[in-house]
Amino acid sequence: MATLFGSGIKRREDPRLITGRATYTDDVKLPGLLYAAVLRSTYAHAKLRKVDVAKAKKAPGVVAVYTGADVKDKLDTVPCAWNVPNCDLKVPPHPPLAVEKVRYVGDGLAMVVAESRAAARDALDLIDVDYDALDAVVDPEKATQKGAPELHKEVPGNVAFTWKVAGGDVAKAFAEAPVTVEQRIVQNRLLPTAMEPRAACASYNPGTGQLTCWVTSQNPHIHRFLLSVMTKLPEHRIRVIAPEVGGGFGSKIPGYPDEALVSFASMELGRPVKWTEDRSENYKVTIHGRDHVEYVALCGTKDGKITGLRTKVYAGLGGYASTAAPGIPTILHGLMYSGPYTIPNIEGTIYGVYTTTTPVDAYRGAGRPEATFLLERMIDLYARKVGLDPVEVRRMNLIPKEKFPYTVATGLTYDSGNYQGALDKALQMFDYKKFRAEQAKGRKEGRYLGVGVTTYCEICGLGPSQVAGAVGFGGGLYDSAIVRVYPTGVVRAYIGAKPHGQGEETTFAQIVGDEFGIPVENVEVVAGDTEATPQGWGTYGSRTTAVCGSAVKVAAQRVKDKAKKIAAHLLEANEADLEWKDGKFAVKGSPDRGKTFGELALMANVAWNMPPGVEPGLEATAFFDPSNFVYPFGTHICTVEVDVETGEVKILRYIAVDDCGPQINPMIVDGQVHGGVIQGLGEALQEMAVYDEDGQLLTGTMMDYAVPKASQMPKVETAHTVTPSPVNPLGVKGVGETGTIASVPTLVNAVCDALAPLGISHIDKPLTPARVWAAIQHARGGAK
Amino acid sequence: MKRFITLNVNGAARTAEVEPRALLAYVLRDQLDLTGTHIGCDTSQCGACTVHIDGRAVKSCTVLAMQAEGHAITTIEGLSGDRGGGGGLHPLQQAFWEKHGLQCGFCTPGMIMTAADLLAAKPKPTEAEIRHALDGNLCRCTGYQNIVAAVQAAAGAR
Repeated sequence: MATLFGSGIKRREDPRLITGRATYTDDVKLPGLLYAAVLRSTYAHAKLRKVDVAKAKKAPGVVAVYTGADVKDKLDTVPCAWNVPNCDLKVPPHPPLAVEKVRYVGDGLAMVVAESRAAARDALDLIDVDYDALDAVVDPEKATQKGAPELHKEVPGNVAFTWKVAGGDVAKAFAEAPVTVEQRIVQNRLLPTAMEPRAACASYNPGTGQLTCWVTSQNPHIHRFLLSVMTKLPEHRIRVIAPEVGGGFGSKIPGYPDEALVSFASMELGRPVKWTEDRSENYKVTIHGRDHVEYVALCGTKDGKITGLRTKVYAGLGGYASTAAPGIPTILHGLMYSGPYTIPNIEGTIYGVYTTTTPVDAYRGAGRPEATFLLERMIDLYARKVGLDPVEVRRMNLIPKEKFPYTVATGLTYDSGNYQGALDKALQMFDYKKFRAEQAKGRKEGRYLGVGVTTYCEICGLGPSQVAGAVGFGGGLYDSAIVRVYPTGVVRAYIGAKPHGQGEETTFAQIVGDEFGIPVENVEVVAGDTEATPQGWGTYGSRTTAVCGSAVKVAAQRVKDKAKKIAAHLLEANEADLEWKDGKFAVKGSPDRGKTFGELALMANVAWNMPPGVEPGLEATAFFDPSNFVYPFGTHICTVEVDVETGEVKILRYIAVDDCGPQINPMIVDGQVHGGVIQGLGEALQEMAVYDEDGQLLTGTMMDYAVPKASQMPKVETAHTVTPSPVNPLGVKGVGETGTIASVPTLVNAVCDALAPLGISHIDKPLTPARVWAAIQHARGGAK
Repeated sequence: MKRFITLNVNGAARTAEVEPRALLAYVLRDQLDLTGTHIGCDTSQCGACTVHIDGRAVKSCTVLAMQAEGHAITTIEGLSGDRGGGGGLHPLQQAFWEKHGLQCGFCTPGMIMTAADLLAAKPKPTEAEIRHALDGNLCRCTGYQNIVAAVQAAAGAR
């Protein structure tokens, strides 16, 4: 039987999704269901004088109205769960509904519970709020300056933390280097925009004391824990179900007030309560991504050898520290400053800053896109300054493939890599010299062609639990699986992670199917229900296959080991004399004397004739904790033409060569790359969350926030190299975020390359026609 | 002000008591339990709520339920005409499955309904025409590439 590993089979989750038979959280309907709506602050920063809900309470259909004062003694504050050490982190309380102050437009003020969605929404208009407006501050750099309005009395100057990374001797490197380039870079604030808005539906049974909460969650076990903290119910009384989840991109990792509020309401009222945000609420309340102001310097020799990198970063956190927020611009960003290069001297200072804006947390790539972008941007500036080809500068600084495992100046040890191999493959697909010739010819004709080449690596497969503990992550980072074999030889795998589009119901079934020599149809993968699945840590950080998939593999191997014992007993043979072949254990040399997996499943489950000392049943649990992170890598190339009259950027080609190790399902891998690249191109070209000076979100609906559309985006040409990782039994790395990490600098570098003849070296993304046109006008000495 | 209306949905008469302001998308989901039609925005950008009214793709979040009286409504649940668990798929559903045209699946019903309208009007669209036709349907997962491939495959299969 051919292996399932490596086969691009169709996804097993699709039939329910394409026929409208899937159940997302807002689809959940229970007897006696009530609907909740939350009144949101319209001010970015204000003292609360009064939240008067008297009229709302009397409105038709309204069952209850709760304010910050009503819940403050009953619900705990919203926790921050990544307490990064050694940075003087200050996490002021985040009340589930505002009590004294509001700190961003969207901060919750009151929750109405009513018999219908419409009644709940209508009653919000009857709540009378008196604010004493305070000054807003939306820019993380300005928020640290003297005289800036302060959000929290516990945090003078708004600086939540000052985190440093250092390796080598940066001062010496810059003092001695003949060439230095410097650039201020703004990492535009982004709206994750999972197509499914967040929702929560809570049902508390006063008779059993059990709370069941359906949540749009990437990590139901983490939400169970956070709900336990906020509701003060013990963890074993809480069941979290993440049913079908319509995209997350990081925005469905954190704990939010909303799921705690509906849980509270259900406990108070003894009826189920559901809340679903609308899109403008999603844009105001669900976490945002990126939002850095960075000052970066890179130094090196005249012949292209990079010797030092130094950064100073103001990372916006928004009004409160969200669940994982402190870890994103530090551990997942600053530690990746070496990228795929041998940079001996690195120093970074990162300020986490509270601003009167929506909280910022993990968004696809989470810290790594920002690190890759600043590094790749600086290398192009450096190459231009020393007059060398940017591809050659990259090539001469890449970590050589024979040096792995390789420890970079920030202290991380990369597992495996062949960075030159991926670069070579990309250059086989793209005739670089020919393009440079076309570019030179085009320039003479007044055409502005450009190419961007990114060589990247990233940290994912999060990660060893011991490291998680050491860096202040409030949980483990192992993952888990139960592989249960039924009497009829079919299998269920219950997993700790929670796929929500990444296809592990298929790829994990491929792993199990291979292990047992059974068709993929005989394996079901179950995720998302804390009642059924073992403790896991969720789907994010491109960890699900590398960590949870490895747990599936190990559990399946344990099942098979037991099956072998039973086979030896039934065949009256020594275990050592058995071999696994064609889906059965048979005596070596006598293939007819054997037991199939189906026969062993039956015999184990009926237990009529077990080997001495072996328990009945055929299932195993595995908790897999990797020995290291995994570091996928690759080369992306993009070519563009810029219309200098309009500032429009046209993408000519986009090539992505990624190495995520061996691929279980190449079709799914390509899908991840396509989606990631396009999401990154959105960041590079058109997406930006814009606040005005008063802290009003101007991009508050999909009319204003430019999510990429089909006609705006190119086709992505994909290819792969395969470098296994030694840190897990599958050899796999992650591929969920590579596209987003690599594509942003690739596009921006291509545009800056195109505009080089005009003397343009940098334009802050997103490269909208207006921004590109303004840069061109400025370069030509015209009006800005 | 509530009033009973009868809607013809997926070939069957369905009655619901609705307010004049009730949007078709919410009535389909909350009152008729047809939750395959999704709501992803409130401003008619995302297209997740797309259904057919008299054979044309319409964003059901911009139609009052009362306006839909007397018209034939088709939702994703009724597209293939297969009412039971027979597994019968519309060619577009089959193509989305074959070409990996979906990941989280949230936008998928709307995408398929819009694509079905396109192919009814233009059986052999070019790639550019497909992309243009899908501009009113947003997908955050796939980067559109395999959605386009699925629509092309469905067009080829007709």
